[in-house]
Amino acid sequence: MAKKQVLVACGAGIATSTVVNGAIEEMVKENNLNVDLVQIKIAEVGGYVDTADLLVTTAMTQKDYPFPVINARTFLTGIGTEETKKEILQELKK
Amino acid sequence: MVSNVYFNESVILLNMEAASKEEVLEKMGDNLLSQNLVKESFIPALIAREEEYATGLPTAGVAVAIPHTDVEHVQRKAISVGVLKEAVEFGVMGDDKETIPVRIVFLLAMDEAHSQLTLLQQLMGVFQTEETLMSILKEENKTNIRSLLEEKLDFGVLEGEN
Repeated sequence: MAKKQVLVACGAGIATSTVVNGAIEEMVKENNLNVDLVQIKIAEVGGYVDTADLLVTTAMTQKDYPFPVINARTFLTGIGTEETKKEILQELKK
Repeated sequence: MVSNVYFNESVILLNMEAASKEEVLEKMGDNLLSQNLVKESFIPALIAREEEYATGLPTAGVAVAIPHTDVEHVQRKAISVGVLKEAVEFGVMGDDKETIPVRIVFLLAMDEAHSQLTLLQQLMGVFQTEETLMSILKEENKTNIRSLLEEKLDFGVLEGEN
């Protein structure tokens, strides 16, 4: 399976994406996935449209991207985290 | 690497009164500015960031917000806690329409991108524990809030002690 590039983005690239990145890193390890995690600001997503396979973000995004976008707010509130994890895993295992 | 985060009673604001989220951010930002923890540019940057990328979180029991902005506006990393007397509407993170009545604000002044993972994870842990949030909401003593959060969060070597 080709290595997937996953973008993890928030507004500032400082706080929330750090937490989400940590959670996905754990998932990747647990499931032995081959994933390239890139933590960025949402404004930088445009630079990755040709390479990314998935965007996981806590910031809203109006734009259409050629890859799926998953909202990661549940990693912060703890409400609905398991569903979000499942959604991400599904994409990564594709 | 020195990784201590400034946190003590001086950055805990209780019974805050504010009519808007901007006023909340100004008051909390002013307090950090008066202690030279942030630069003057911090407050406008914080307000602009909140407008663009809202940080309200629909946490269990009571909603919180975690405003923050770019690292260059920060002098010294700090976490400031503000408890509002009456709820103030903040935009919901990741949503461009919805707002949520927030009572507790955790202002994050971070001086380095992609750092403080453990502290931030612990902070999200606090958000996910309704009981802790309710204790902060009800508490009238800053030292008790400080102790409660120091128990839950690893601030590194604490400074600002007498």
